Amino acid sequence: MTAFFQSLGMSYDWAWLVATVCGILLIALPLMLGVAMIIYADRKIWAAMALRRGPNVVGPWGLLQSFADGLKVMLQETIIPSASNKGLFLIAPIVTFTVALMAWAVIPFNSGAILADINVGLLYVLAISSLGVYGVVIAGWSSNSKYPFFSAMRASAQMISYEVSIGFILICVVLWAGSFNLNDIVQGQKGHVFGILNGYVFNPLLFPMWVLFLISGMAETARAPFDLTEAESELVAGYQTEYSSMAFALYWLGEYANVLLMCALNAVLFWGGYLPPVDWAPLYYVPGVVWLLLKILFFFFVFSWVKATVPRFRYDQLMRLGWKIFLPMSLLFVVLVSGYLMLTRYAV
Amino acid sequence: MIHAIAFYLFATLVVASAALVILARNPVHSVLWLILAFFNAAGLMVLVGAEFIAMLLVIVYVGAVAVLFLFVVMMLDIDFAELRAGFIRNFPLGMLIALVLLAELVLGIGAYKAGVIHLGTPDGMAAPLVGRSNIESIGALLYSKYLFLFESAGLILLVAMIGAIVLTHRERKDTRTQNISKQVSRRPDEATVNTKPEVGKGVQL
Repeated sequence: MTAFFQSLGMSYDWAWLVATVCGILLIALPLMLGVAMIIYADRKIWAAMALRRGPNVVGPWGLLQSFADGLKVMLQETIIPSASNKGLFLIAPIVTFTVALMAWAVIPFNSGAILADINVGLLYVLAISSLGVYGVVIAGWSSNSKYPFFSAMRASAQMISYEVSIGFILICVVLWAGSFNLNDIVQGQKGHVFGILNGYVFNPLLFPMWVLFLISGMAETARAPFDLTEAESELVAGYQTEYSSMAFALYWLGEYANVLLMCALNAVLFWGGYLPPVDWAPLYYVPGVVWLLLKILFFFFVFSWVKATVPRFRYDQLMRLGWKIFLPMSLLFVVLVSGYLMLTRYAV
Repeated sequence: MIHAIAFYLFATLVVASAALVILARNPVHSVLWLILAFFNAAGLMVLVGAEFIAMLLVIVYVGAVAVLFLFVVMMLDIDFAELRAGFIRNFPLGMLIALVLLAELVLGIGAYKAGVIHLGTPDGMAAPLVGRSNIESIGALLYSKYLFLFESAGLILLVAMIGAIVLTHRERKDTRTQNISKQVSRRPDEATVNTKPEVGKGVQL
């Protein structure tokens, strides 16, 4: 895009600046719209599984429900608790929301359609997702209230625990792809199994890693059944108890943007990203964005499905699953995958 | 131009937030400024082309170490009056540390002014690896030339971790732990009894 703006007679610096801002808007605005629609979809799926109708009043089939909610929240009064730490109280939701958008910079939407095509793409995703915990922790502390504080403690322990196993799972993928660049990882999945199927998930050594990644992703985004940070029976509403109006809405949007990011990562790392599922020429006529979007929607359906059907974990079970099952398993698979690659690809 | 703007932005923010770490009254604010300083330092690393180090800085320091710092500091019960009371008593110690740091700074700048440091060895092993990404060149050095140092660093960390666990772990007799497999294998017919007691009589369990 920089070249296009340069052809309009701008200097390189300005062209780069304008192109980058346009790129950010091209990702962030559809993402926000997508989050609004995905909240609606989540409620609809959840309702259907509970044999209810879900939102069906605002707009045709209730499609405008999220926008009505957004408007309502915007018009509400922002209440700041008098005992809170005001500056941090207001910064916390902004941190959550910004961090949720930042990671999208390295997601490849099509071959070449990527905002920042950097060498350390996957490390960047890991770095940004490790920042997500700050929004929650700062909110819990600055609210100066019991339940948000408990929730912040839970959230930080939970996110750190699952980040460890996610790191090892990603290492397996990186070992196989031989690159940290997400675009290279997607290209490496082309015709991965028998030259027919696109996606590391069809590889018997990486399939268990995908299962672990899906579950860890739910824990990392504090999504049901791991939503202990907002367990309403114990913690009122968790870290967002004291929040109202737009500050609350930012948490809401950030949370769903994070869930979408996890779905996108599932698609990009294990299911071939913007590639069609089968390496068959006619399928490549469908634009890559469509394939990626379909995969993201499928994984979001899985996330909703799990939310609607699985009861919430107990906290000790959550910790046990993370440290005693996922961590040893992912470590074992790092050894297996690297051993296999040593024997076959990098023969010693 | 963008490069220069970015450099001055990151550099100013690093220095300012580092100053605020020690100036902030509230320890939690100090930790948060420290995080901002780490973050901007990572930005500077990206500018000099060390993107791998930058990402590690964010993942390790911002993502893990600082979270634990914050965790501990948040749990402290801070009494500001008490914090100020110890100021005069600890003043000499503080001055001493400040002097040591100043001396180090002067030495560091002096050494930097003396000339460029050549990290490479005469045999040319550490010559710049042209045309390779950051990660590849670091990996190529770590797993060949510095393999022994790398492995021993890992071993030291392992020992430190085990040591910390051994030192802080204590076996408590009065706690009940949950046996997950026992809980999962429990079935309704083992857990409930269906009885029909006579009126006025209790149930023997």
